[in-house]
Amino acid sequence: MKSRGPLLTLLLAGAFGLCVGPFYWLAMAATQDDKDVFSWPPKLLPGGHLMENLQGLQDSIGLTRVLFNTVLVAGLQTVGAVVVSVLAGYAFAKFDFRGRNLFFVLLLSTLVIPDTVMLIPIFQMMMDLGMIDSYESVILPGLVTPFGIFLMRQALRSMPDELLDAARVDGAGELRVLWRIVIPVNRPIIAALALFVFLGGWNQFVWPLIALRSPEMYTLPVATATLQGLSTTNYAQVLLASAIAAIPVMALFLVLQRQFISGLLAGATKE
Amino acid sequence: MALAPPEPARATGTVAATRVGAGTPPGHRATPRPGRTRPGRRRLLTRGSVPYLLIMPAVLGFAIFKAYPIAASFWISLTTGNGDARQFTGLANYRRLMDDPLFWTALRNTALILVVQVPLMLGLALLVALGLNSTKVWLRPLWRLGVFVPSLTGLVAAGVMFSVILNRDAGLLNWVLSFLGIDPVNWLGSPFWARVGVVLVITWHYTGYNAVMYLAGLQGIPKELYEAAMVDGAGPVRRFFSITLPQLRPILLLTVVLSTIGTLQLFDEPYVLTGGGPDNATLTVTMYLYNNGFKYFDFGYASALAYALALIVSVLGILQVRLMGERR
Repeated sequence: MKSRGPLLTLLLAGAFGLCVGPFYWLAMAATQDDKDVFSWPPKLLPGGHLMENLQGLQDSIGLTRVLFNTVLVAGLQTVGAVVVSVLAGYAFAKFDFRGRNLFFVLLLSTLVIPDTVMLIPIFQMMMDLGMIDSYESVILPGLVTPFGIFLMRQALRSMPDELLDAARVDGAGELRVLWRIVIPVNRPIIAALALFVFLGGWNQFVWPLIALRSPEMYTLPVATATLQGLSTTNYAQVLLASAIAAIPVMALFLVLQRQFISGLLAGATKE
Repeated sequence: MALAPPEPARATGTVAATRVGAGTPPGHRATPRPGRTRPGRRRLLTRGSVPYLLIMPAVLGFAIFKAYPIAASFWISLTTGNGDARQFTGLANYRRLMDDPLFWTALRNTALILVVQVPLMLGLALLVALGLNSTKVWLRPLWRLGVFVPSLTGLVAAGVMFSVILNRDAGLLNWVLSFLGIDPVNWLGSPFWARVGVVLVITWHYTGYNAVMYLAGLQGIPKELYEAAMVDGAGPVRRFFSITLPQLRPILLLTVVLSTIGTLQLFDEPYVLTGGGPDNATLTVTMYLYNNGFKYFDFGYASALAYALALIVSVLGILQVRLMGERR
Protein backbone atom coordinates (compact mmCIF):
# COMPACT_ATOMS: atom_id res chain seq x y z
CA MET A 1 0.00 0.00 0.00
CA LYS A 2 2.79 2.42 0.92
CA SER A 3 4.43 2.19 -2.49
CA ARG A 4 1.33 3.45 -4.25
CA GLY A 5 2.11 7.11 -3.59
CA PRO A 6 5.37 7.32 -5.57
CA LEU A 7 4.01 5.14 -8.37
CA LEU A 8 0.87 7.25 -8.78
CA THR A 9 2.93 10.42 -8.58
CA LEU A 10 5.17 9.11 -11.34
CA LEU A 11 2.19 8.21 -13.55
CA LEU A 12 0.65 11.65 -13.05
CA ALA A 13 3.97 13.29 -13.80
CA GLY A 14 3.94 11.30 -17.04
CA ALA A 15 0.47 12.57 -17.88
CA PHE A 16 1.68 16.08 -17.04
CA GLY A 17 4.57 15.65 -19.45
CA LEU A 18 2.31 14.44 -22.26
CA CYS A 19 0.02 17.42 -21.73
CA VAL A 20 2.62 20.15 -21.28
CA GLY A 21 5.48 18.75 -23.39
CA PRO A 22 3.98 19.83 -26.73
CA PHE A 23 3.76 23.42 -25.45
CA TYR A 24 7.41 23.41 -24.54
CA TRP A 25 8.29 22.17 -28.01
CA LEU A 26 5.96 24.80 -29.52
CA ALA A 27 7.66 27.61 -27.62
CA MET A 28 11.05 26.40 -28.82
CA ALA A 29 9.96 25.81 -32.41
CA ALA A 30 8.54 29.33 -32.62
CA THR A 31 12.03 30.72 -32.12
CA GLN A 32 13.68 28.67 -34.88
CA ASP A 33 14.59 29.59 -38.39
CA ASP A 34 11.95 28.22 -40.79
CA LYS A 35 14.26 25.61 -42.27
CA ASP A 36 15.06 24.26 -38.78
CA VAL A 37 11.43 23.55 -37.87
CA PHE A 38 11.53 20.30 -39.80
CA SER A 39 15.05 19.27 -38.90
CA TRP A 40 15.84 15.93 -37.30
CA PRO A 41 16.10 15.59 -34.35
CA PRO A 42 13.54 18.25 -33.34
CA LYS A 43 15.07 21.39 -31.84
CA LEU A 44 14.40 21.53 -28.13
CA LEU A 45 16.40 24.65 -27.26
CA PRO A 46 15.64 28.30 -28.09
CA GLY A 47 16.66 29.21 -31.60
CA GLY A 48 17.17 32.98 -31.54
CA HIS A 49 14.90 33.81 -34.48
CA LEU A 50 11.95 35.03 -32.42
CA MET A 51 12.17 38.68 -33.52
CA GLU A 52 12.60 37.73 -37.16
CA ASN A 53 9.53 35.46 -36.99
CA LEU A 54 7.49 38.16 -35.26
CA GLN A 55 8.43 40.60 -38.02
CA GLY A 56 7.54 37.96 -40.58
CA LEU A 57 4.10 37.53 -39.01
CA GLN A 58 3.60 41.27 -39.00
CA ASP A 59 4.31 41.33 -42.74
CA SER A 60 2.27 38.27 -43.66
CA ILE A 61 -0.89 38.59 -41.56
CA GLY A 62 -0.56 42.02 -39.93
CA LEU A 63 -0.06 40.57 -36.47
CA THR A 64 -0.86 43.74 -34.48
CA ARG A 65 -4.11 44.35 -36.32
CA VAL A 66 -5.11 40.69 -36.03
CA LEU A 67 -4.38 40.73 -32.30
CA PHE A 68 -6.39 43.92 -31.92
CA ASN A 69 -9.32 42.29 -33.74
CA THR A 70 -9.16 39.20 -31.58
CA VAL A 71 -9.01 41.12 -28.30
CA LEU A 72 -11.82 43.42 -29.41
CA VAL A 73 -14.10 40.61 -30.53
CA ALA A 74 -13.45 38.38 -27.52
CA GLY A 75 -13.62 41.33 -25.12
CA LEU A 76 -16.91 42.75 -26.36
CA GLN A 77 -18.39 39.29 -26.58
CA THR A 78 -17.40 38.70 -22.97
CA VAL A 79 -18.93 41.94 -21.69
CA GLY A 80 -22.14 41.38 -23.67
CA ALA A 81 -22.57 37.72 -22.83
CA VAL A 82 -21.90 38.29 -19.13
CA VAL A 83 -24.47 41.10 -18.96
CA VAL A 84 -27.09 39.03 -20.78
CA SER A 85 -26.36 35.94 -18.66
CA VAL A 86 -26.38 37.75 -15.31
CA LEU A 87 -29.65 39.54 -16.04
CA ALA A 88 -31.42 36.45 -17.33
CA GLY A 89 -29.87 34.17 -14.72
CA TYR A 90 -31.05 36.51 -11.98
CA ALA A 91 -34.58 36.53 -13.39
CA PHE A 92 -34.66 32.73 -13.65
CA ALA A 93 -33.21 32.27 -10.18
CA LYS A 94 -35.09 34.82 -8.12
CA PHE A 95 -38.35 35.77 -9.82
CA ASP A 96 -41.53 33.96 -10.60
CA PHE A 97 -43.05 34.92 -13.87
CA ARG A 98 -45.26 33.52 -16.52
CA GLY A 99 -43.43 31.39 -19.05
CA ARG A 100 -40.33 31.08 -16.91
CA ASN A 101 -39.96 27.33 -17.06
CA LEU A 102 -40.99 27.08 -20.68
CA PHE A 103 -38.42 29.62 -21.82
CA PHE A 104 -35.72 28.13 -19.65
CA VAL A 105 -36.27 24.67 -21.12
CA LEU A 106 -36.35 26.07 -24.66
CA LEU A 107 -33.11 27.88 -24.03
CA LEU A 108 -31.37 24.81 -22.64
CA SER A 109 -32.66 22.56 -25.39
CA THR A 110 -30.67 24.57 -27.94
CA LEU A 111 -27.59 23.10 -26.29
CA VAL A 112 -28.18 19.78 -28.04
CA ILE A 113 -28.65 21.39 -31.45
CA PRO A 114 -25.32 21.55 -33.24
CA ASP A 115 -24.17 25.09 -33.91
CA THR A 116 -23.68 24.14 -37.52
CA VAL A 117 -27.47 24.05 -37.96
CA MET A 118 -27.54 27.77 -37.36
CA LEU A 119 -24.58 28.75 -39.53
CA ILE A 120 -26.37 29.19 -42.84
CA PRO A 121 -29.41 31.23 -41.71
CA ILE A 122 -27.19 33.47 -39.61
CA PHE A 123 -24.85 33.89 -42.57
CA GLN A 124 -27.79 34.84 -44.81
CA MET A 125 -29.15 37.20 -42.17
CA MET A 126 -25.78 38.92 -41.91
CA MET A 127 -25.57 39.13 -45.70
CA ASP A 128 -29.04 40.71 -45.90
CA LEU A 129 -28.10 43.21 -43.21
CA GLY A 130 -24.84 43.99 -44.99
CA MET A 131 -22.94 43.02 -41.87
CA ILE A 132 -20.68 40.34 -43.30
CA ASP A 133 -17.01 41.11 -42.73
CA SER A 134 -17.73 43.31 -39.70
CA TYR A 135 -16.94 42.97 -36.01
CA GLU A 136 -20.67 42.88 -35.22
CA SER A 137 -21.21 39.83 -37.38
CA VAL A 138 -18.74 37.88 -35.26
CA ILE A 139 -19.72 39.30 -31.87
CA LEU A 140 -23.53 39.31 -31.95
CA PRO A 141 -24.30 35.58 -32.32
CA GLY A 142 -22.11 34.85 -29.31
CA LEU A 143 -23.99 37.09 -26.90
CA VAL A 144 -26.63 34.56 -25.86
CA THR A 145 -25.01 31.55 -24.26
CA PRO A 146 -27.42 29.00 -22.79
CA PHE A 147 -24.52 27.70 -20.74
CA GLY A 148 -23.87 31.13 -19.24
CA ILE A 149 -27.49 31.70 -18.34
CA PHE A 150 -27.66 28.24 -16.81
CA LEU A 151 -24.48 28.81 -14.79
CA MET A 152 -25.73 32.16 -13.48
CA ARG A 153 -29.13 30.75 -12.57
CA GLN A 154 -27.50 27.93 -10.61
CA ALA A 155 -25.19 30.31 -8.81
CA LEU A 156 -27.74 33.00 -7.99
CA ARG A 157 -30.28 30.50 -6.70
CA SER A 158 -28.11 29.75 -3.71
CA MET A 159 -28.19 33.41 -2.69
CA PRO A 160 -30.53 33.90 0.31
CA ASP A 161 -33.72 35.82 -0.50
CA GLU A 162 -33.42 37.62 2.84
CA LEU A 163 -30.36 39.43 1.54
CA LEU A 164 -32.27 40.86 -1.40
CA ASP A 165 -35.35 41.65 0.67
CA ALA A 166 -33.30 43.47 3.27
CA ALA A 167 -32.05 45.79 0.58
CA ARG A 168 -35.56 46.27 -0.78
CA VAL A 169 -36.84 47.15 2.67
CA ASP A 170 -34.16 49.77 2.82
CA GLY A 171 -35.76 51.25 -0.24
CA ALA A 172 -33.36 50.06 -2.89
CA GLY A 173 -34.82 49.78 -6.39
CA GLU A 174 -34.39 46.61 -8.38
CA LEU A 175 -31.48 47.96 -10.38
CA ARG A 176 -29.74 49.00 -7.21
CA VAL A 177 -30.29 45.57 -5.65
CA LEU A 178 -28.75 43.99 -8.71
CA TRP A 179 -25.79 46.35 -8.84
CA ARG A 180 -25.09 46.63 -5.13
CA ILE A 181 -25.94 43.14 -3.85
CA VAL A 182 -26.32 40.48 -6.53
CA ILE A 183 -23.24 41.33 -8.55
CA PRO A 184 -20.77 41.96 -5.69
CA VAL A 185 -21.88 38.85 -3.79
CA ASN A 186 -21.42 36.67 -6.87
CA ARG A 187 -18.29 38.26 -8.22
CA PRO A 188 -16.19 35.03 -8.27
CA ILE A 189 -18.65 33.04 -10.34
CA ILE A 190 -19.24 36.00 -12.66
CA ALA A 191 -15.48 36.22 -13.12
CA ALA A 192 -15.44 32.52 -13.94
CA LEU A 193 -18.15 32.99 -16.54
CA ALA A 194 -16.27 35.94 -18.02
CA LEU A 195 -13.19 33.73 -18.34
CA PHE A 196 -15.11 30.99 -20.10
CA VAL A 197 -16.71 33.39 -22.54
CA PHE A 198 -13.43 35.14 -23.24
CA LEU A 199 -11.72 31.84 -23.86
CA GLY A 200 -14.48 30.78 -26.24
CA GLY A 201 -14.36 34.11 -28.05
CA TRP A 202 -10.58 34.11 -28.28
CA ASN A 203 -10.48 30.62 -29.75
CA GLN A 204 -13.63 30.61 -31.91
CA PHE A 205 -12.96 29.60 -35.47
CA VAL A 206 -15.74 28.30 -37.72
CA TRP A 207 -18.06 31.28 -37.57
CA PRO A 208 -15.35 33.97 -37.92
CA LEU A 209 -13.91 31.93 -40.80
CA ILE A 210 -17.26 32.25 -42.55
CA ALA A 211 -18.20 35.78 -41.49
CA LEU A 212 -14.88 37.53 -42.10
CA ARG A 213 -13.65 38.17 -45.62
CA SER A 214 -10.81 40.63 -45.61
CA PRO A 215 -7.46 39.79 -44.01
CA GLU A 216 -7.44 43.01 -41.97
CA MET A 217 -10.61 41.83 -40.20
CA TYR A 218 -9.30 38.35 -39.39
CA THR A 219 -9.01 37.09 -35.86
CA LEU A 220 -5.91 35.16 -34.81
CA PRO A 221 -7.30 31.61 -35.37
CA VAL A 222 -8.62 32.55 -38.82
CA ALA A 223 -5.37 34.26 -39.80
CA THR A 224 -3.35 31.31 -38.53
CA ALA A 225 -5.40 28.75 -40.43
CA THR A 226 -5.22 30.85 -43.59
CA LEU A 227 -1.48 31.20 -43.26
CA GLN A 228 -1.12 27.47 -42.81
CA GLY A 229 -3.12 26.78 -45.95
CA LEU A 230 -0.61 28.55 -48.21
CA SER A 231 1.82 26.48 -50.23
CA THR A 232 4.70 28.77 -49.28
CA THR A 233 3.92 28.49 -45.60
CA ASN A 234 6.63 29.60 -43.25
CA TYR A 235 6.07 27.08 -40.48
CA ALA A 236 8.11 28.92 -37.89
CA GLN A 237 5.68 31.80 -38.30
CA VAL A 238 2.60 29.59 -38.16
CA LEU A 239 3.87 27.98 -34.98
CA LEU A 240 4.66 31.36 -33.48
CA ALA A 241 1.10 32.46 -34.29
CA SER A 242 -0.20 29.37 -32.49
CA ALA A 243 2.02 30.09 -29.52
CA ILE A 244 0.73 33.66 -29.41
CA ALA A 245 -2.83 32.29 -29.47
CA ALA A 246 -2.09 29.88 -26.62
CA ILE A 247 0.03 32.02 -24.29
CA PRO A 248 -2.42 34.75 -23.17
CA VAL A 249 -5.14 32.28 -22.20
CA MET A 250 -2.66 30.22 -20.25
CA ALA A 251 -1.39 33.28 -18.44
CA LEU A 252 -4.97 34.28 -17.67
CA PHE A 253 -5.63 30.79 -16.39
CA LEU A 254 -2.56 30.75 -14.18
CA VAL A 255 -3.55 34.04 -12.59
CA LEU A 256 -7.23 33.20 -12.16
CA GLN A 257 -6.99 29.46 -11.66
CA ARG A 258 -9.22 29.34 -8.61
CA GLN A 259 -12.15 31.13 -10.25
CA PHE A 260 -11.75 29.03 -13.34
CA ILE A 261 -11.91 25.68 -11.62
CA SER A 262 -14.69 26.76 -9.26
CA GLY A 263 -16.77 27.96 -12.21
CA LEU A 264 -16.22 24.69 -14.00
CA LEU A 265 -17.26 22.79 -10.90
CA ALA A 266 -20.29 24.96 -10.23
CA GLY A 267 -21.52 24.23 -13.73
CA ALA A 268 -20.81 20.54 -13.41
CA THR A 269 -21.96 19.57 -9.97
CA LYS A 270 -24.87 21.73 -8.91
CA GLU A 271 -27.90 19.53 -9.51
CA MET B 1 -36.84 26.64 -4.92
CA ALA B 2 -39.92 28.72 -4.25
CA LEU B 3 -43.00 27.07 -5.59
CA ALA B 4 -45.15 29.78 -6.99
CA PRO B 5 -48.90 29.82 -7.23
CA PRO B 6 -49.91 30.93 -10.71
CA GLU B 7 -49.20 34.55 -11.16
CA PRO B 8 -52.26 36.56 -10.24
CA ALA B 9 -52.37 38.93 -13.13
CA ARG B 10 -50.76 39.04 -16.45
CA ALA B 11 -47.84 41.39 -16.41
CA THR B 12 -48.93 44.34 -18.43
CA GLY B 13 -45.70 46.16 -18.31
CA THR B 14 -46.37 48.21 -15.22
CA VAL B 15 -45.49 47.14 -11.74
CA ALA B 16 -48.68 48.60 -10.33
CA ALA B 17 -50.88 46.47 -12.52
CA THR B 18 -49.66 43.23 -11.01
CA ARG B 19 -49.51 44.44 -7.48
CA VAL B 20 -53.23 44.75 -7.16
CA GLY B 21 -53.91 41.92 -9.54
CA ALA B 22 -57.29 40.28 -9.24
CA GLY B 23 -57.29 36.71 -8.09
CA THR B 24 -54.54 37.10 -5.57
CA PRO B 25 -55.05 34.48 -2.91
CA PRO B 26 -56.38 36.05 0.26
CA GLY B 27 -53.76 37.07 2.71
CA HIS B 28 -51.08 36.69 0.12
CA ARG B 29 -49.65 39.83 -1.29
CA ALA B 30 -47.99 39.75 -4.62
CA THR B 31 -45.46 42.16 -3.24
CA PRO B 32 -44.25 40.70 -0.01
CA ARG B 33 -43.94 42.93 2.99
CA PRO B 34 -40.78 41.79 4.69
CA GLY B 35 -41.21 41.38 8.41
CA ARG B 36 -44.86 40.49 8.17
CA THR B 37 -44.69 37.18 6.43
CA ARG B 38 -43.71 34.19 8.45
CA PRO B 39 -39.96 33.90 8.91
CA GLY B 40 -38.21 31.00 7.22
CA ARG B 41 -40.71 30.82 4.46
CA ARG B 42 -39.49 31.69 1.02
CA ARG B 43 -41.39 34.60 -0.36
CA LEU B 44 -42.24 35.21 -3.93
CA LEU B 45 -40.35 37.95 -5.55
CA THR B 46 -43.06 38.65 -8.05
CA ARG B 47 -42.46 42.17 -9.04
CA GLY B 48 -44.41 42.73 -12.18
CA SER B 49 -42.33 43.73 -15.10
CA VAL B 50 -38.88 43.40 -13.56
CA PRO B 51 -38.20 39.78 -14.56
CA TYR B 52 -39.44 40.45 -18.06
CA LEU B 53 -37.06 43.34 -18.42
CA LEU B 54 -34.25 41.17 -17.10
CA ILE B 55 -34.77 38.39 -19.61
CA MET B 56 -35.48 40.74 -22.52
CA PRO B 57 -31.93 40.71 -23.95
CA ALA B 58 -31.76 36.93 -23.65
CA VAL B 59 -35.16 36.49 -25.31
CA LEU B 60 -34.24 38.82 -28.16
CA GLY B 61 -30.91 37.10 -28.74
CA PHE B 62 -32.52 33.70 -28.46
CA ALA B 63 -35.17 34.61 -31.01
CA ILE B 64 -32.72 36.08 -33.52
CA PHE B 65 -29.71 33.79 -33.16
CA LYS B 66 -31.22 30.49 -32.03
CA ALA B 67 -34.94 30.05 -32.70
CA TYR B 68 -35.05 31.78 -36.07
CA PRO B 69 -31.96 30.05 -37.51
CA ILE B 70 -33.15 26.65 -36.32
CA ALA B 71 -36.51 27.13 -38.03
CA ALA B 72 -35.04 28.81 -41.10
CA SER B 73 -32.48 26.14 -41.76
CA PHE B 74 -35.22 23.53 -41.77
CA TRP B 75 -37.05 25.56 -44.39
CA ILE B 76 -33.85 26.02 -46.42
CA SER B 77 -33.25 22.27 -46.27
CA LEU B 78 -36.51 21.81 -48.18
CA THR B 79 -35.40 24.05 -51.06
CA THR B 80 -32.87 23.86 -53.85
CA GLY B 81 -31.23 26.49 -56.01
CA ASN B 82 -29.00 29.47 -55.43
CA GLY B 83 -29.62 32.68 -53.53
CA ASP B 84 -33.04 34.15 -54.33
CA ALA B 85 -33.68 31.60 -57.06
CA ARG B 86 -34.39 28.81 -54.63
CA GLN B 87 -37.54 26.81 -54.87
CA PHE B 88 -39.37 24.41 -52.65
CA THR B 89 -38.48 20.84 -53.53
CA GLY B 90 -39.69 19.01 -50.45
CA LEU B 91 -37.50 16.20 -49.27
CA ALA B 92 -35.28 16.17 -52.36
CA ASN B 93 -32.18 17.16 -50.39
CA TYR B 94 -32.79 14.41 -47.88
CA ARG B 95 -33.24 11.85 -50.64
CA ARG B 96 -30.00 13.04 -52.24
CA LEU B 97 -28.31 12.65 -48.89
CA MET B 98 -29.38 9.02 -48.56
CA ASP B 99 -27.72 8.24 -51.90
CA ASP B 100 -24.61 10.34 -51.39
CA PRO B 101 -21.59 8.08 -50.82
CA LEU B 102 -19.54 11.01 -49.47
CA PHE B 103 -22.15 11.68 -46.79
CA TRP B 104 -21.95 8.05 -45.68
CA THR B 105 -18.17 8.20 -45.72
CA ALA B 106 -18.26 11.30 -43.56
CA LEU B 107 -20.79 9.74 -41.22
CA ARG B 108 -18.76 6.54 -40.95
CA ASN B 109 -15.58 8.49 -40.20
CA THR B 110 -17.36 10.54 -37.57
CA ALA B 111 -18.91 7.45 -35.98
CA LEU B 112 -15.59 5.63 -35.98
CA ILE B 113 -13.81 8.52 -34.30
CA LEU B 114 -16.69 8.81 -31.81
CA VAL B 115 -16.70 5.14 -30.85
CA VAL B 116 -12.95 5.03 -30.31
CA GLN B 117 -12.28 8.49 -28.99
CA VAL B 118 -15.02 9.13 -26.41
CA PRO B 119 -14.53 5.94 -24.33
CA LEU B 120 -10.74 6.24 -24.60
CA MET B 121 -10.73 9.84 -23.46
CA LEU B 122 -13.29 9.44 -20.68
CA GLY B 123 -11.59 6.28 -19.39
CA LEU B 124 -8.26 8.07 -19.27
CA ALA B 125 -9.89 11.08 -17.63
CA LEU B 126 -11.37 8.88 -14.93
CA LEU B 127 -7.98 7.30 -14.23
CA VAL B 128 -6.31 10.70 -14.04
CA ALA B 129 -9.07 11.95 -11.72
CA LEU B 130 -8.68 8.94 -9.43
CA GLY B 131 -4.95 9.61 -9.28
CA LEU B 132 -5.46 13.30 -8.60
CA ASN B 133 -7.93 12.42 -5.86
CA SER B 134 -5.49 10.18 -4.02
CA THR B 135 -4.02 11.80 -0.92
CA LYS B 136 -0.91 9.69 -1.35
CA VAL B 137 0.16 11.63 -4.41
CA TRP B 138 2.70 14.45 -4.07
CA LEU B 139 2.39 17.81 -5.81
CA ARG B 140 -1.24 17.24 -6.77
CA PRO B 141 -2.05 20.88 -7.69
CA LEU B 142 0.81 20.93 -10.19
CA TRP B 143 -0.39 17.81 -12.03
CA ARG B 144 -3.97 19.06 -12.01
CA LEU B 145 -2.86 22.32 -13.53
CA GLY B 146 -0.78 20.58 -16.19
CA VAL B 147 -3.45 18.19 -17.41
CA PHE B 148 -6.00 21.00 -17.60
CA VAL B 149 -3.84 23.32 -19.70
CA PRO B 150 -4.41 21.67 -23.12
CA SER B 151 -8.14 22.38 -22.92
CA LEU B 152 -7.41 26.09 -22.87
CA THR B 153 -5.79 25.98 -26.27
CA GLY B 154 -7.84 26.82 -29.30
CA LEU B 155 -8.50 24.08 -31.80
CA VAL B 156 -6.62 25.90 -34.50
CA ALA B 157 -3.52 26.42 -32.38
CA ALA B 158 -3.64 22.78 -31.29
CA GLY B 159 -4.20 21.62 -34.86
CA VAL B 160 -1.31 23.65 -36.25
CA MET B 161 0.95 22.50 -33.46
CA PHE B 162 0.15 18.84 -34.00
CA SER B 163 0.39 19.05 -37.76
CA VAL B 164 4.12 19.51 -37.17
CA ILE B 165 4.42 17.23 -34.12
CA LEU B 166 2.85 14.41 -36.15
CA ASN B 167 5.10 15.02 -39.15
CA ARG B 168 6.56 11.78 -40.41
CA ASP B 169 10.14 12.82 -40.96
CA ALA B 170 10.73 15.49 -38.36
CA GLY B 171 7.91 15.35 -35.87
CA LEU B 172 8.35 15.31 -32.13
CA LEU B 173 6.17 12.23 -31.69
CA ASN B 174 8.13 10.02 -34.09
CA TRP B 175 11.32 11.27 -32.48
CA VAL B 176 10.09 10.21 -29.03
CA LEU B 177 8.86 6.90 -30.42
CA SER B 178 12.27 6.26 -31.99
CA PHE B 179 13.68 5.85 -28.49
CA LEU B 180 11.26 2.98 -27.97
CA GLY B 181 12.53 1.41 -31.17
CA ILE B 182 9.40 2.25 -33.14
CA ASP B 183 9.83 3.07 -36.82
CA PRO B 184 8.52 6.44 -38.07
CA VAL B 185 4.75 6.42 -38.43
CA ASN B 186 3.17 8.24 -41.36
CA TRP B 187 0.64 9.93 -39.06
CA LEU B 188 -1.18 12.26 -41.39
CA GLY B 189 -0.33 10.54 -44.66
CA SER B 190 -2.16 7.24 -44.47
CA PRO B 191 -5.93 6.88 -44.03
CA PHE B 192 -5.63 4.69 -40.95
CA TRP B 193 -2.97 6.71 -39.11
CA ALA B 194 -4.62 10.00 -40.00
CA ARG B 195 -7.70 8.88 -38.07
CA VAL B 196 -5.51 7.76 -35.20
CA GLY B 197 -3.79 11.14 -35.30
CA VAL B 198 -7.09 13.02 -35.12
CA VAL B 199 -8.18 10.84 -32.19
CA LEU B 200 -4.86 11.47 -30.43
CA VAL B 201 -5.15 15.21 -30.80
CA ILE B 202 -8.73 15.39 -29.51
CA THR B 203 -7.83 13.10 -26.62
CA TRP B 204 -4.83 15.26 -25.76
CA HIS B 205 -7.04 18.31 -25.94
CA TYR B 206 -9.94 17.34 -23.68
CA THR B 207 -8.88 14.54 -21.33
CA GLY B 208 -7.70 16.94 -18.63
CA TYR B 209 -10.89 18.97 -18.78
CA ASN B 210 -12.98 15.87 -18.17
CA ALA B 211 -10.58 14.70 -15.48
CA VAL B 212 -11.11 17.93 -13.55
CA MET B 213 -14.87 17.48 -13.84
CA TYR B 214 -14.58 13.93 -12.49
CA LEU B 215 -12.30 15.12 -9.74
CA ALA B 216 -15.04 17.48 -8.61
CA GLY B 217 -17.48 14.60 -8.61
CA LEU B 218 -15.10 12.38 -6.65
CA GLN B 219 -14.57 15.04 -4.03
CA GLY B 220 -18.32 15.39 -3.61
CA ILE B 221 -18.77 11.73 -2.60
CA PRO B 222 -19.38 11.51 1.18
CA LYS B 223 -16.46 9.82 2.95
CA GLU B 224 -18.92 7.93 5.19
CA LEU B 225 -19.98 5.77 2.23
CA TYR B 226 -16.45 4.43 1.87
CA GLU B 227 -16.02 3.99 5.60
CA ALA B 228 -19.24 2.02 5.85
CA ALA B 229 -18.20 -0.15 2.91
CA MET B 230 -14.83 -0.83 4.48
CA VAL B 231 -16.51 -1.87 7.70
CA ASP B 232 -18.56 -4.30 5.63
CA GLY B 233 -15.34 -5.70 4.22
CA ALA B 234 -15.57 -4.35 0.66
CA GLY B 235 -12.23 -4.26 -1.15
CA PRO B 236 -11.02 -1.38 -3.34
CA VAL B 237 -12.44 -2.84 -6.57
CA ARG B 238 -15.79 -3.48 -4.97
CA ARG B 239 -15.84 0.02 -3.50
CA PHE B 240 -15.07 1.50 -6.92
CA PHE B 241 -17.93 -0.31 -8.63
CA SER B 242 -20.47 -0.05 -5.80
CA ILE B 243 -19.81 3.49 -4.62
CA THR B 244 -17.57 5.54 -6.88
CA LEU B 245 -19.18 4.76 -10.22
CA PRO B 246 -22.82 5.08 -9.10
CA GLN B 247 -22.04 8.31 -7.27
CA LEU B 248 -20.35 9.70 -10.36
CA ARG B 249 -23.24 8.80 -12.61
CA PRO B 250 -24.68 12.30 -13.12
CA ILE B 251 -21.33 13.77 -14.04
CA LEU B 252 -20.41 10.76 -16.18
CA LEU B 253 -23.65 11.27 -18.06
CA LEU B 254 -22.91 14.96 -18.53
CA THR B 255 -19.44 14.29 -19.92
CA VAL B 256 -20.64 11.47 -22.18
CA VAL B 257 -23.36 13.65 -23.67
CA LEU B 258 -21.08 16.68 -24.07
CA SER B 259 -18.27 14.66 -25.64
CA THR B 260 -20.66 12.94 -27.99
CA ILE B 261 -22.09 16.24 -29.16
CA GLY B 262 -18.60 17.67 -29.51
CA THR B 263 -17.22 14.75 -31.48
CA LEU B 264 -20.23 14.56 -33.77
CA GLN B 265 -19.62 18.20 -34.64
CA LEU B 266 -15.92 17.65 -35.19
CA PHE B 267 -14.56 20.20 -37.63
CA ASP B 268 -11.56 22.25 -36.58
CA GLU B 269 -9.00 19.50 -36.02
CA PRO B 270 -9.45 17.67 -39.31
CA TYR B 271 -9.76 21.02 -41.10
CA VAL B 272 -6.35 22.12 -39.85
CA LEU B 273 -4.63 18.73 -39.52
CA THR B 274 -5.65 16.81 -42.60
CA GLY B 275 -8.11 18.87 -44.62
CA GLY B 276 -10.34 15.78 -44.53
CA GLY B 277 -7.81 13.56 -46.26
CA PRO B 278 -6.07 11.46 -47.13
CA ASP B 279 -8.64 9.89 -49.40
CA ASN B 280 -11.49 11.43 -47.33
CA ALA B 281 -10.47 9.27 -44.37
CA THR B 282 -10.95 12.13 -41.92
CA LEU B 283 -13.81 13.90 -43.67
CA THR B 284 -16.39 14.54 -40.94
CA VAL B 285 -20.08 15.40 -41.30
CA THR B 286 -19.53 19.01 -40.22
CA MET B 287 -16.65 19.36 -42.63
CA TYR B 288 -18.75 18.02 -45.47
CA LEU B 289 -21.50 20.43 -44.42
CA TYR B 290 -19.02 23.31 -44.47
CA ASN B 291 -17.77 22.32 -47.91
CA ASN B 292 -21.27 22.16 -49.33
CA GLY B 293 -22.45 25.36 -47.70
CA PHE B 294 -19.47 27.65 -47.92
CA LYS B 295 -17.37 26.24 -50.76
CA TYR B 296 -20.11 25.21 -53.21
CA PHE B 297 -22.78 27.51 -51.71
CA ASP B 298 -25.35 24.73 -51.86
CA PHE B 299 -27.27 25.99 -48.83
CA GLY B 300 -30.23 23.64 -49.25
CA TYR B 301 -28.10 20.53 -49.19
CA ALA B 302 -25.87 21.84 -46.40
CA SER B 303 -28.96 22.56 -44.29
CA ALA B 304 -30.25 19.05 -44.88
CA LEU B 305 -26.88 17.77 -43.66
CA ALA B 306 -27.16 20.01 -40.61
CA TYR B 307 -30.59 18.64 -39.80
CA ALA B 308 -29.49 15.06 -40.32
CA LEU B 309 -26.65 15.73 -37.89
CA ALA B 310 -28.98 17.40 -35.37
CA LEU B 311 -31.28 14.38 -35.58
CA ILE B 312 -28.40 11.99 -34.92
CA VAL B 313 -27.15 14.12 -32.03
CA SER B 314 -30.57 14.30 -30.38
CA VAL B 315 -31.31 10.60 -30.81
CA LEU B 316 -27.93 9.64 -29.34
CA GLY B 317 -28.34 12.17 -26.55
CA ILE B 318 -31.76 10.85 -25.60
CA LEU B 319 -30.50 7.26 -25.75
CA GLN B 320 -27.60 8.10 -23.47
CA VAL B 321 -29.83 9.86 -20.97
CA ARG B 322 -32.23 6.90 -21.02
CA LEU B 323 -29.47 4.36 -20.52
CA MET B 324 -27.42 6.22 -17.96
CA GLY B 325 -29.84 8.60 -16.30
CA GLU B 326 -31.42 8.18 -12.90
CA ARG B 327 -33.93 5.40 -12.78
CA ARG B 328 -36.95 6.49 -10.85
